[in-house]
Amino acid sequence: MDASLPAHMRPERSFQGFILALQRFWAEQGCVILQPYDMEMGAGTFHPATTLRALGPKPWNAAYVQPSRRPKDGRYGENPNRMQHYYQFQVIMKPSPPNLQDLYLKSLAAIGIDSAVHDIRFVEDDWESPTLGAWGLGWECWCDGMEVSQFTYFQQVAGFECAPVAGELTYGLERLAMYVQGVDRVYDLNFNGREGDAKVTYGDVFLQAEREYSKHNFEVADTAMLFEQFKMAEAACRKYLDAGWKDGKREAHLMALPAYDQCIKASHVFNLLDARGVISVTERQSYILRVRELAKACGEAWIHTEAGGAA
Amino acid sequence: MPDLLLELFSEEIPARMQGKAADDLRRLVTDKLVAEGLVYEGAKAFATPRRLALTVHGIPARQPDLKTERRGPKIGAPDAAVQGFLKATGLKSLDEAKIQRDPKGDFYIGLIEKPGRDAIDVLAEILPVIIRTFPWPKSMRWGARSGKPGSLNWVRPLHAITATFGLETEEPDVVKFSVDGIEAGQTTYGHRFLAPAAISVRRFEDYEAKLLDAKVVLDPERRKDAILTDAKQLAFAQGFELVEDQNLLDEVAGLVEWPVVLMGSFEPEFLATPAEVIRATIRNNQKCFVVRDPKTGKLANKFILVANIEATDGGATIIAGNERVIRARLSDAKFFYETDLKTKLEDRLPKFDQIVFHEKLGTQAERIKRIERLAAEIAPLVGADVAKVTRAAHLAKADLLTEVVGEFPEVQGLMGKYYALAQGEDASVAAACEEHYKPQGPADRVPTDPVSVAVALADKIDTLVGFWAIDEKPTGSKDPYALRRAALGVIRLIAENALRLSLMKVAASALAGLSVKPTDAQKLPSDLLAFFADRLKVQLREQGARHDLVDAVFALGGQDDLLMIVRRVEALGKFLDSDDGKNLLAGTKRASNILSIEEKKDKRTFDGAPDAALYSLDEEKALAKAIGEVKAEASAAVAREDFAAAMSAMAKLRPPVDAFFDKVRVNDDDAKVRENRLKLLNEIRSATRAVADFSKIQD
Repeated sequence: MDASLPAHMRPERSFQGFILALQRFWAEQGCVILQPYDMEMGAGTFHPATTLRALGPKPWNAAYVQPSRRPKDGRYGENPNRMQHYYQFQVIMKPSPPNLQDLYLKSLAAIGIDSAVHDIRFVEDDWESPTLGAWGLGWECWCDGMEVSQFTYFQQVAGFECAPVAGELTYGLERLAMYVQGVDRVYDLNFNGREGDAKVTYGDVFLQAEREYSKHNFEVADTAMLFEQFKMAEAACRKYLDAGWKDGKREAHLMALPAYDQCIKASHVFNLLDARGVISVTERQSYILRVRELAKACGEAWIHTEAGGAA
Repeated sequence: MPDLLLELFSEEIPARMQGKAADDLRRLVTDKLVAEGLVYEGAKAFATPRRLALTVHGIPARQPDLKTERRGPKIGAPDAAVQGFLKATGLKSLDEAKIQRDPKGDFYIGLIEKPGRDAIDVLAEILPVIIRTFPWPKSMRWGARSGKPGSLNWVRPLHAITATFGLETEEPDVVKFSVDGIEAGQTTYGHRFLAPAAISVRRFEDYEAKLLDAKVVLDPERRKDAILTDAKQLAFAQGFELVEDQNLLDEVAGLVEWPVVLMGSFEPEFLATPAEVIRATIRNNQKCFVVRDPKTGKLANKFILVANIEATDGGATIIAGNERVIRARLSDAKFFYETDLKTKLEDRLPKFDQIVFHEKLGTQAERIKRIERLAAEIAPLVGADVAKVTRAAHLAKADLLTEVVGEFPEVQGLMGKYYALAQGEDASVAAACEEHYKPQGPADRVPTDPVSVAVALADKIDTLVGFWAIDEKPTGSKDPYALRRAALGVIRLIAENALRLSLMKVAASALAGLSVKPTDAQKLPSDLLAFFADRLKVQLREQGARHDLVDAVFALGGQDDLLMIVRRVEALGKFLDSDDGKNLLAGTKRASNILSIEEKKDKRTFDGAPDAALYSLDEEKALAKAIGEVKAEASAAVAREDFAAAMSAMAKLRPPVDAFFDKVRVNDDDAKVRENRLKLLNEIRSATRAVADFSKIQD
């Protein structure tokens, strides 16, 4: 931890200071620090900087915060740590550096988790995303019995082998910050590190949003419209993918990113429909499959783009 | 002789894979050594979260020389054949070959001497192959090399290989090889946090000792012992008792290199949640042990955790952190439990309409209906109240849809019982919600409450008949639906509760309730019966009892009353242990052997009653008389189901049978007398069939 920081910027006092400390740490490791992707998504992995950039031979090191929307996890602001919107901090390094575990441990030290007094463990966890057609091996990282991060070596994304393999780290920011700040309820997190009248809590920023979105997600979201949106996003994705092949030949692709946006959209719309309880168990599988088909097609387009490593 | 030390140092290996990986490493290396003619003295393998290690001691320094002879062409063979022979044997000319005389034409023999290689060179060849082809259940690629095809697959990134070979008295050599850019050497690393520096090692003895200094306990057994001892002591010191848990111990020992046992606590209010739920929460999610009060046997508000470091604050931070997580988990569990209590079990049932049990066997709702019907049919056969049985079968699966069971599948059934009691169900009905899953294995308790028994039988028989009907029977080691366990469960339920029921009838009834119709519905119940016979044999064999007697009893045909089969087998076993039994078995077998020879010779059987008028010897008459008496007595005893008495009756056959074979020549010159005596032998066989087919009994 940087001792020169003013009190209100210290990661154990301030949620924003905590995020800044992580960003600074990974910037120093050579990562580009991106800003959140401007679309609703269920996890930082969906960001094209991870999903698409994990494919192809080109090196890529990036870190970013991604707001993650899990409509089903909403609890009207009444659960101390479950929310339909929360932040993930995502790091991706391709190829995975040989000292990625050490870097991860150093990043914990940078946010005030000292391995001399904390019990940090790498516990088996095989990661799989059926919607992204992706899987990898790694761990959930435990700090004193609490899962604080996911650590994954991507083996496959969008149905394609990762060559080389990227290492992915995902930090659950609120949970980690709660631990570091010593609070039991997420809404009690000190957001800006100030005290007294100047203090802004996580609840000040997000509690109302949690209540409103829970009501929206579970009770009001317009399902007829959402079903329609799913179809539209799916069709648009297909359309952009078809139109993107240069000269109509499947050699170079010019629109992988816009097409992939529609895949992200379809995935989020599906999550909303799922939260509304209008998708049956059997249908559920088929929706997941439809999103996966889109993700795979986007992956294929991506590896035919310049950033995807096409010659 | 020299020793090998091998260590494969990697990122954290999943706990559940470590034991098998160590075994595999030992087996693969030693098998290969032996195949290379290097017979070693001993080998031992170890695993920690970050390393697999192997020591093989007493390996010969060199392979033995190999001499082989190779047969060459005949003398005067065409030049091409000679050249081929010289090339294959490495001989310079035919002058170096021997000539073998042979009446069919002399030929050349080439003697090939293959000098043995140094063991270290052999190791340098075999170790990289073993590493590259190591049988991890799941493996991965990593790093820059994964950009190219053919890069190493390992369970998690492999960082270093230590491989040394040499005598105790000398500085050992490094076995020179590399895998995917990792050169074998003699450098390893200590504990990730407590002693991360590089360590140079020579051979196993200093390796193990240096690791211990570097806060790594190499041997998983030592880690387990340490954890168990410390955990017990820590609990005892506070007046508690550790709730031991072997699987958890195995797992936890695979998560730490330097186990440090600590105790934490949680709010006593949580103890209002069922103990099993608390234990499952603490165990599954946090991999911690629970403790109980030795006086009451009830859980205490404490838990035991195993950390991987000696913390500079004595563990205070670690305990506080774990307490926070456990508090949050327990409050979730408590919330789930309290939420579950708000919904009646039967109100959950409609959801089962949407849940497929098996694609071909319909929904869970359909299955529950089948079980209800079958259980009600079984109820009178086991002395159970039909209404209670129907109610229990109706509710028994409902807890699968509760929050707690969703979270912790291993408390299925048990939660059903709690929720049934909470909604005021009859005690037997509630018990059946839990007990109908029992017995789960050979060591599990068999329920005795007739309501539980009826539902348990119906559940298992429906499963067996269903999967038989869609032809999903167990094969070899594959038994995905645990049908063997279900069949053994049925056997134990029947035998241990002394139940009388016709399995064929129950199976036929279960079959009639299925919507799927198998192609050979006629054969199904008897097929299934044969499966039960197999399971019974396996069970008896595992108990060290004679399993061949099962065949002898089943061979009688028409046996589908498992209890009677078991009783017959027991009585028969006891009888055959006695001298009378052994001799009668020998006599019966002798009679059977003679009969089968003569039947073959004459191409006929010798059925039918012998003619008393043709008896000429006293022994014949005595045997005939005894057979008549024994038959009557034995069948009366069998009718009373008193198999011990039937066996005692059988024992009376022994002296006349012995005397008969002693004094009477069966193959008399008079064809009529011979035929009559063979008929008498046949009578022995048929008399013994009152209890079993003696010819199916192995000696």
